[in-house]
Amino acid sequence: MYDRAMPISRDQVLHIGRLARLGLTEDEIDRLTTQLSDILDHFEALAAVDTDGVDPTAHPLPLQNVMRTDSVAPSLARDDALSNAPEVEDGLIRVRAVLE
Amino acid sequence: MSELWELTAHEAQEGLRAKAFSALDLAESVLSRVDAVEPQVNAYITRTDEVAREQAREADARFAAGTATPLTGIPFAVKDLIVTKGVRTTAGSRMLGDFVPPYDSHVYEQLKRAGAVMVGKANMDEFAMGSSTEHSAYGATRNPWDTDRVPGGSSGGSAAAVAAGECLAALGSDTGGSIRQPAALCGVVGLDPTYGRVSRYGIIAFGSSLDQVGPIGRDVEDVATILDGIGSHDPRDSTSDPAPRPDMRHYLGRDIAGKKIGVPREYFVEGMEPGVRARIDEALALLESLGCEVDTDLSLPMTEHALAVYYLIAPSEASSNLARYDGVKYGLSERGGSMWENMEQTREQGFGDEVKRRIMLGVYALSAGYYNQFYLKAQKVRTLITNEFREAFTRYDALVTPTAPGIAFPRGEKLDDPYAMYLNDVYTLPSAVAGLPALSLPCGLSEGLPVGLQVIGDVGAEGTILQIGHAFEGALGQANRLAPL
Repeated sequence: MYDRAMPISRDQVLHIGRLARLGLTEDEIDRLTTQLSDILDHFEALAAVDTDGVDPTAHPLPLQNVMRTDSVAPSLARDDALSNAPEVEDGLIRVRAVLE
Repeated sequence: MSELWELTAHEAQEGLRAKAFSALDLAESVLSRVDAVEPQVNAYITRTDEVAREQAREADARFAAGTATPLTGIPFAVKDLIVTKGVRTTAGSRMLGDFVPPYDSHVYEQLKRAGAVMVGKANMDEFAMGSSTEHSAYGATRNPWDTDRVPGGSSGGSAAAVAAGECLAALGSDTGGSIRQPAALCGVVGLDPTYGRVSRYGIIAFGSSLDQVGPIGRDVEDVATILDGIGSHDPRDSTSDPAPRPDMRHYLGRDIAGKKIGVPREYFVEGMEPGVRARIDEALALLESLGCEVDTDLSLPMTEHALAVYYLIAPSEASSNLARYDGVKYGLSERGGSMWENMEQTREQGFGDEVKRRIMLGVYALSAGYYNQFYLKAQKVRTLITNEFREAFTRYDALVTPTAPGIAFPRGEKLDDPYAMYLNDVYTLPSAVAGLPALSLPCGLSEGLPVGLQVIGDVGAEGTILQIGHAFEGALGQANRLAPL
């Protein structure tokens, strides 16, 4: 069903899936390889647009360096901030060991 | 008039001020309508009946005290990525199935301050990624005009609720068309404001350089009134534009004779349904009869690249924004393995297919070796698209196009073909990429289903497009068209 050289290989999908920590299943990796290739195929025309000397737009607003005054104001109470944490101990979020 | 839920917000305001009925009467009418049609529509993820009743009582107290605003007592649907203190907010995702926010978003704070009434949290495509509201972990929303069809998306719950009488007005969010396309497919009015016009504080992030909250209503006047109510500057969002906000309702009812309207030919291409084309042609003729100078000899050649630009930039931003869902701080948390195993299990279980697809696309576009080819290239072409619009607005007051290439499509039709789904956004993406305001309003039916007309304005020109929309709506004589459900 997809006879052209795929713009993205299965190995690349595997690699990206690891970077994104998505825990993809074998089925998902197969499906994504086909689907992402199909989507990227449609984006090919972009390469032909002449963008020499064109600045990239990161943001549509011409605002820069928006600062607030360094003043003390009430913030979220600790218990409220922790109210959705899966595991809390002594007012802190408990996490798994990073180093085994 | 038969039922209170059939009113527009401004009609309801008149009745409330005249004491013809109370805000609690109005809320009860809407809640009973929700009881009646929700099994068919599924517009809400979470109903907030008790919040609505309490807020309606407070609204009645304000009418008695003479402190009511134009939104006091108006029953709203609030898209479920708008954070509401103490009320579960899921963004349509399993990842946030138990998430009860400890704070309010700016826009909900504004609604509360105005005395509005929240009926519930509206269904949506997961994390606002989708054009059909089928990508929701809480079941798909159905189009109240034909429940075998989709309502559009991602704000499909908000648009369907307005069209079905399950609220009088709604808040949605628009990243690449998520307010305008469902408004078009459900036959209601939706506005994507200029980027920076409405605060994103407390909006669950998708594409941060694109996301905007905006109103959905049954007519243009309601949409203008809601924008006035939610659109104040907010220092908690560093991208909130500090420029002064003119009163939108000031623009309504004004003559539009002499307005210069450009109709870019790139929006009239293969893939547009003939029924949509016919309604748009009639709409252009109607605008001419109102004295507008309609110019169909306009070309915006960068239009064709907006889809690729959007579907590289938005997923890139999403892949970064959604990195926060790691099962550690809040949200779904799969336990039992090592830290890294738990993180992968959480994300595997918590995210749906479309969200995973976009994260993958974004991580790819940002990854070493592809950044220049995809992400940076898209950002440069984004500049070209913006410049092209900017040049056009030196000659035109507004641009008019269809909102979507077709009417509401059958459920399931595009679920297995992501690119076909993306194509539904083809007319709403260019203005989103450029951060411009755009309005979708009904312009008639095709095959018995609504067609949307899009009016795109220059930066900060919400007033102009609402003025044009209001005059058009008045001339068409089609305001407050509820779905025949």
